Amino acid sequence: MGLDSLVGGTIWDEYSDKVTDLMNNPQNMGEITTEAAEAMGGKLIVADFGAESCGDAVRLYWAVNPNTDVIMDSKFKSFGCGTAIASSDVMAELCKFKTVQDAVKITNIDVEKAMRDTPDTPSVPPQKMHCSVMAYDVIKKAAGQYLNVDSESFEEEMIICECARVSLDTLKEVIRLNDLTTVEQITDYTKAGGFCKSCIKPGGHEDRDIYLVDLLDEYSKERMVAGSSIGGAQPTVDFNSMTLLQKFKKVEKVIDENIRQMLVMDGGDMEVLDMKENGEMLDIYITYLGSCSGCESSSTGTLFAIENVLKEKCDQNIRVIPV
Amino acid sequence: MKVYLDNNATTIVDPHVFEEMEPFFIKKYGNPNSLHAYAGETHPHIKTAMERIYAGIDADRKDSVVMTSGATESINWVIKAIYFEYIVTGKKNHIIVSEVEHPATIASAKFLESLGCKVTYLPINSAGLIEAKDVRESITDKTALVSVMWANNETGAIFPIKEIGEICAEKNVLFHTDAVQAIGKLPVSVQENNIDYLTFSGHKFHGPKGIGALYMKKGKELMPLLHGGSQMGGHRSGTLNVPGIVGMGRAMEEAVKALDFEMTELRTMRDAFEDELLKIPNTFVVTPREHRTPNTILISFRGIEGESMLWDLNQAGIGASTGSACASEDLEANSVMEAIGADEDLAHTAIRFSLSRYTTQEEIDYTLATVLKAVARLREISSSFAYAPEGHDSGLVAH
Repeated sequence: MGLDSLVGGTIWDEYSDKVTDLMNNPQNMGEITTEAAEAMGGKLIVADFGAESCGDAVRLYWAVNPNTDVIMDSKFKSFGCGTAIASSDVMAELCKFKTVQDAVKITNIDVEKAMRDTPDTPSVPPQKMHCSVMAYDVIKKAAGQYLNVDSESFEEEMIICECARVSLDTLKEVIRLNDLTTVEQITDYTKAGGFCKSCIKPGGHEDRDIYLVDLLDEYSKERMVAGSSIGGAQPTVDFNSMTLLQKFKKVEKVIDENIRQMLVMDGGDMEVLDMKENGEMLDIYITYLGSCSGCESSSTGTLFAIENVLKEKCDQNIRVIPV
Repeated sequence: MKVYLDNNATTIVDPHVFEEMEPFFIKKYGNPNSLHAYAGETHPHIKTAMERIYAGIDADRKDSVVMTSGATESINWVIKAIYFEYIVTGKKNHIIVSEVEHPATIASAKFLESLGCKVTYLPINSAGLIEAKDVRESITDKTALVSVMWANNETGAIFPIKEIGEICAEKNVLFHTDAVQAIGKLPVSVQENNIDYLTFSGHKFHGPKGIGALYMKKGKELMPLLHGGSQMGGHRSGTLNVPGIVGMGRAMEEAVKALDFEMTELRTMRDAFEDELLKIPNTFVVTPREHRTPNTILISFRGIEGESMLWDLNQAGIGASTGSACASEDLEANSVMEAIGADEDLAHTAIRFSLSRYTTQEEIDYTLATVLKAVARLREISSSFAYAPEGHDSGLVAH
């Protein structure tokens, strides 16, 4: 806050010369046709990410050598702003001559850094950082297609701030170790929340499952309960005074420790889809997986068993609803 | 070549206006409320300016047209004073605004909502217009205020102010209209339209920035928002912005003089420009011309994200907009495009060209040529028109 925040700038003034040049003259813009890929002896991969209705969409084309997994050519098409076009261009460039397995390691931060004029000056203003995230997502999508795996499997940890790539675990640790209470502090320590701001609280450019304010809320509740407890003793929180996120985690934990094993033994499994507070009741929506789905007892005996365990370990007002 | 086509955001100051303001910075700089000749010499100029402003909106001498810092202040004044006089006292509990009002209105209404006031947000129809019958249906015996803009800043859509004014008069509900986009583009008469409150800014009709006004009908005066030295008859405290008032007075006079030109020649230029733009395949405009201010075009180019179009225009020296200039730093879809329920793929593709009486045919020709080049270039880049192998499910997902 202060002077810099009082006068809004033109976001374009904060673009690096490279971003400007690439927007005006993208180098890897174009298509690879099936025939062109085959002529190179490669396999064509076409991956899309985003949507015009969201304001950004990108299509990535790869010609991959099926013997070596090397990306022989890489091109893009993009519906988006200048940053989206420039970062798609750099992304396509960075993919070239890498193996698919190595290309997946390219992140939006690599893309942003590659567009800088000097190493220490960001190439785009903070609110445009999310445009480069899409460049990262589309690579995962393309790699997932080529390797025939779920593109989410490339993500090893849960990322809360996609722009700065800060994980849930990192954030929790930093908040606790430094006793952080505001979003500004989190941004100062981790850069999370300093870019497109979607991860700070609901209502931003994109919807998220977990926001920074949830983490602060969770920590402040923990701290309140811990009260004067000395030496960082593990605080225990009453289920009813937990945030919905905390409740969700507690329920997951109980399922992992007390229920899942029972289902897996019969070749099945379950997943919590949603949790809603419904007056005094807490409704937990679940879906059965494997042999549990379709099993007759899944709506009777098994269901009652699951509900009873959760009632006992968490709260009496829990209802479990199979979907 | 430099071309300014963002006149719904702000306008060039008319040179006559600038000239008339100049003496009030270095020569006649007295505070009008002081007791000496420095003050006295400003009074006739302020009076002339006020008379021009009264005439420009057809206000009666007994009404109050209070000078403010601009339409944002004026709008905040209306809505917050209504809260203090009617809502907090429990006399009423409800106000009505349209969903495409300027952020000054929407944010003020949301603020009242946070304080417990009920707010109805009137929808626009697929032509981008408010329907008067919706106003009638939304009014309850607890409605304190209806606030609907005269013309929309993004589409130029003209709303049925006369009908809404009649409904409000019949139902005994106060009526405010934000006339920021109407002054200088349409004939504006508060008396012919049953208007209780009307707000505007000088800089939208070739006056200076930092000056605007609130019109309040006789007998409907609102409590002040700014308390202090009781300037403006106690309605609005704060040392008078003498150059601003003088400038807006002259700008109003010039705007009234130029109204015929705007409604005929400027409209013709706009229409011809729009005809040419619409020859480009896959382009769309929202509101029919006859329901629009004569200077505005909101047009969508399918497959081209609005900001990238602005980029290409800006590289060529052309200033246009994706909607409200207030929002140019945020990344959201054009709110009007969302409100009319346009094809959602078009929500991020709208570009607004807003002309003024200073726009030349040469500038329009240059802009058209630039747009044609930009459309060709950006559609070449766009994934919307790109090759996909047979059987490829684009699978574009929300992110």
